[in-house]
Amino acid sequence: MAYLAIVLRRLAQAAGLLVAVTVLNFTLIHLAPGDIVSTIVGEMGGASEETIAELRRAYGVDRGYLEQLAIYLGRVAGGDLGTSIYYNKAVFSLILDRIPATVLLVLTALVIALVVGTTLGVLAARYPGGWFAACVNLVSLFGFSAPVFWSGLMLLLLLASAIPILPPGGFYDVVAGAQGLAKALDIAHHLVLPATTLALIFLALYSRLARASMLEVLGSDYVRTARAKGVPERVVVVKHALRNALLPVVTVAGLQFSAMLAGAVLVETVFTWPGLGQLAFESILRRDNQLILGILLLSAVLVTLGNLITDILYRIVDPRIKTDG
Amino acid sequence: MRILLLLVAAGFAAVANAQSVLVWGTTQVPRHFNPAVQSGIATMMPGAQIFASPLRFDEKWQPQPYLADSWSFQDDGKSLLLKLVPNAKFHDGKPVTAEDVAFSIMTAKANHPFQSMLAAVERVETPSERIAVVRMSQPHPAILLALTPPFLPVLPKHIYGDGADPRNHARNTNPVGSGAYRFAEYKPGEHLILEKNKDYFIPGRPHFDRIIFKYFKDANALSLAIERKEIHFTPFWGELAMIPRFEKTPGIAVTQKGGEAIGPINWLAINTKKKPFDDVRVRKAIAYAIDRDFIVKKLHGGRTQAAIGPIAPASPFYNPAVEAYKVDIARANKLLDEAGLKPGAGGVRHALTVDFIPGNREMHQNIAEYLKPQLKKIGFEVTVRAAPDFPTWAKRVGGHEFDLTTDSVFNWGDPVIGVHRTYLSSNIRQGVIWSNTQSYANPKVDELLSRAGIERDADKRKALYQDFQKIVVDEVPIVYLNLLPYYTIHDATLKNLPQTIWGACAPVDEMRR
Repeated sequence: MAYLAIVLRRLAQAAGLLVAVTVLNFTLIHLAPGDIVSTIVGEMGGASEETIAELRRAYGVDRGYLEQLAIYLGRVAGGDLGTSIYYNKAVFSLILDRIPATVLLVLTALVIALVVGTTLGVLAARYPGGWFAACVNLVSLFGFSAPVFWSGLMLLLLLASAIPILPPGGFYDVVAGAQGLAKALDIAHHLVLPATTLALIFLALYSRLARASMLEVLGSDYVRTARAKGVPERVVVVKHALRNALLPVVTVAGLQFSAMLAGAVLVETVFTWPGLGQLAFESILRRDNQLILGILLLSAVLVTLGNLITDILYRIVDPRIKTDG
Repeated sequence: MRILLLLVAAGFAAVANAQSVLVWGTTQVPRHFNPAVQSGIATMMPGAQIFASPLRFDEKWQPQPYLADSWSFQDDGKSLLLKLVPNAKFHDGKPVTAEDVAFSIMTAKANHPFQSMLAAVERVETPSERIAVVRMSQPHPAILLALTPPFLPVLPKHIYGDGADPRNHARNTNPVGSGAYRFAEYKPGEHLILEKNKDYFIPGRPHFDRIIFKYFKDANALSLAIERKEIHFTPFWGELAMIPRFEKTPGIAVTQKGGEAIGPINWLAINTKKKPFDDVRVRKAIAYAIDRDFIVKKLHGGRTQAAIGPIAPASPFYNPAVEAYKVDIARANKLLDEAGLKPGAGGVRHALTVDFIPGNREMHQNIAEYLKPQLKKIGFEVTVRAAPDFPTWAKRVGGHEFDLTTDSVFNWGDPVIGVHRTYLSSNIRQGVIWSNTQSYANPKVDELLSRAGIERDADKRKALYQDFQKIVVDEVPIVYLNLLPYYTIHDATLKNLPQTIWGACAPVDEMRR
C-alpha cells in the first residue's frame, strides 16, 4: 500500500510537471517574433492583408496568449495534440510516422556503442600500458571531444564523397523501390553512417567506463582467488570479472538514453534521417508551433516517465530509501 | 560487407534505369502541390507536372496551346474565349470541361496570393463543355500569362468543389490533375513520386515512367547527391560556390537557360518614411556609394549580373536607359552635405541598421556585411542586424521597422503580377511582406502603373513601363543590386530540358534521355 501511495503521489507530481513544462514551452514559443503565418506567406510569395488576417484567424494565432494557451491545454487534456499547420496533418500522426526511424537509429547506435565500447574498454583493461590501451584512450578522447555534427560531416566526406561506399543521407533509396529483404538491407546501408556517428560519443564514454570498471574488478580479491585456483585467464575475464564490470556501464547506458535522443536531433539533421529530431528541427525553423509543442511534450513525457520508473525501481531495489519522501 | 553493399546498390541502379526514372533534386520542400492557392517554385515545380493549364508560354514569351487549343479576345479585350481540347481527362478518368476551367480561375482569384493577377476577372461563363469565356471588368494584358502552369492549374471541380477551404484542402497533398504525370506517393519532406499519365492528352508524351522529387535539407547535401550521380535534374540552383565543381564533374552539365519570366532581383530596400531616408538625396547617396561591380565580380565571383532597375533584363518591358549609379563616393558625400546630413564626431553622419533575409548567405548576409565598410566611406555607421529565421525578418520588414534591408523579389512574368505590388502607394500595407514595405509613394508612378495594367497595345504598354522604370530608379526607394543566378544542374544525357520562360515551373513532358 505504501508503494501504491508513492506511485500515485509521483504520478500526480509528474502530471503537474508536464503541465508546467507545456505552459513553459508554449510561452517561450509565443514570445518569439513572427509566427507560422509569416512562414506560409513567405513561401506563398506574399499575400494581401485580408488573406493574412484570414490565415491568422483560421490558425487561431490572432487570439490572445491566454486564450490560445487555454485552448491548447484543453485540447491536449482531451488527447488531441493539434494539427501541423505546415503539413496540414495531425501532429500525433506525424510524430508516430517518425518514431520508428528515430528508435531504429538510437537503438542501433546504443548497441554499437555498448558492444564496441565495452569490448575496447575490457581489452584495454586486460592489456594496460600497451599500444592497444593507448589507442583506445586516443579513440575515447577523440569521440568525447569531437562534436557529433562535426564527426558526422567528416564521416560523410570520407565515406560518402571521397570513398563513396555509403549513401550520404536518407532512410532508404526511393528510386530503387526495393521491397522485403532488399529494402531492409537498403535501410541498413543507409543506417551505417548516422548510427556510427551517434555511437561515437557514447562509445568513448562506455569504453572509458568499462576500462576503469574492469581494472577495478580485475584487482579485486575474488579475481585473485580465481586465478590462484588455476582458473584459465579467459574464464576469469569473461565469466568472473566481466559480469561485474558491466554493471556500471549498463546503469549509465540507461541514464544516457535521453542524451542519445538529444544527439539524434543533430545526427538526423546532418544525414537527412527522417526521424523525430529532423521533424523537430524543421518545425522550429517553420514556426509550426503545434508540431514543436507536440514533440516537446512527447520528450517531456518520455523523460518524466523514465525518471518515475527509475525512482520507483530504486525504492523497490533498495528499501533503505525512505518511502515517505 | 562492402562488396555485398555495392552489389545491392548496383542492383538498385539497374532497377531504376529499367523503369526510366527521372530523379529531381531540390531543397524546396512544398507545403502542398496546388499552385492555384500557393505561389513559390516549391509548389510550382511538381504542380506543373500534375496539373495541366489552359495555356503555356514558349521561350520567346509567346502563348502556346495546352488545355486550350485556341483562344481569342473579344469585347475590346474585356473577354477571353478559350476553346478546350476534346480529349483531356483527369487522372481519375473524368473529362476536363469548361466548368473545371471556370472553377479553377475563380478559385485562384479568391485564394492565390497574387491578388492583382486575376483581379480584373468578374466571372467565367461556360456556354458549352469545351468553351470557357473569361469576363473581365477591364482589359487585362497579363491574363494569358496568368493562365499558365505556375499560376493556374485546372482543378477537377468534382473533387475540389466540395466546399472545403481550397487552401487547406485534403487533396492538395494527394492531388488529381490532368497533367503529364499523376500523383503516386508523398512522404512530407522526403520524397514525392509521380507516375506517367498514360492517358495524357498530348500523344507521345511524357517520356519518363516516373519522376521522383527528392527533398534535401540544404544545398550541401544536395550537391553531394548530384556529384554521386544520384540526382538527374536540379533546376533553380542558386549556390554559386559549387558551380565550378559541377562544371568539372564528368557527366554533369550546367545551364542558365529557362525560367526567364521568374525575374528574381536582389535588392536593397530603403524605408522612405524614416528620416533621413525620406530625402531622395540621401537615398541617391547610398546608391552612389554601393559598388555593384564589386558585388557581382568579387562577392559573387562573376556569376551574377548587375541589376539596374525593377524589371529584369529578360522581360519585354525592360528599360536599360536608366541611371546606372556607378560608384562615386565624392558625389555621394556631396549629396549628403546638400541634404544637411553633416559629419559629426569621428566623421559619422548617421547610424543605420541593415537587415538581411536569413538563408542564402551569398545573396544577403555577405552583401549586408559589405555595406558596413562601404557606407562608412560616406559617414554611415552601419549595424548589420541578423534575424534567426524568416518570420523574424518578415515581421521587421512587413512592420516597416527597418532602415535598409536586402531582399529578393520576383517579377513573375508580367509587371502586373510581380512588379506593381512594390511601388503602388495603394499597396503600402502594415504587416504585409512583399507589399510596398518601402512606403514609397509617387502619384505619377501610380498613374503609369494603372495605365500600363490595362493597356492592350504592346508598344504603348512598354513605353509606360519605361517611364515608370526611369522614375523609380531616379527616386531610389530601392537600390537594385544583382539578378539572382539560377542554374540548372543536370545529367548530361538529358534532352529537351524545360527552357521556356517558366523553366522547370512548366511541364517537363518533352524531357527525355
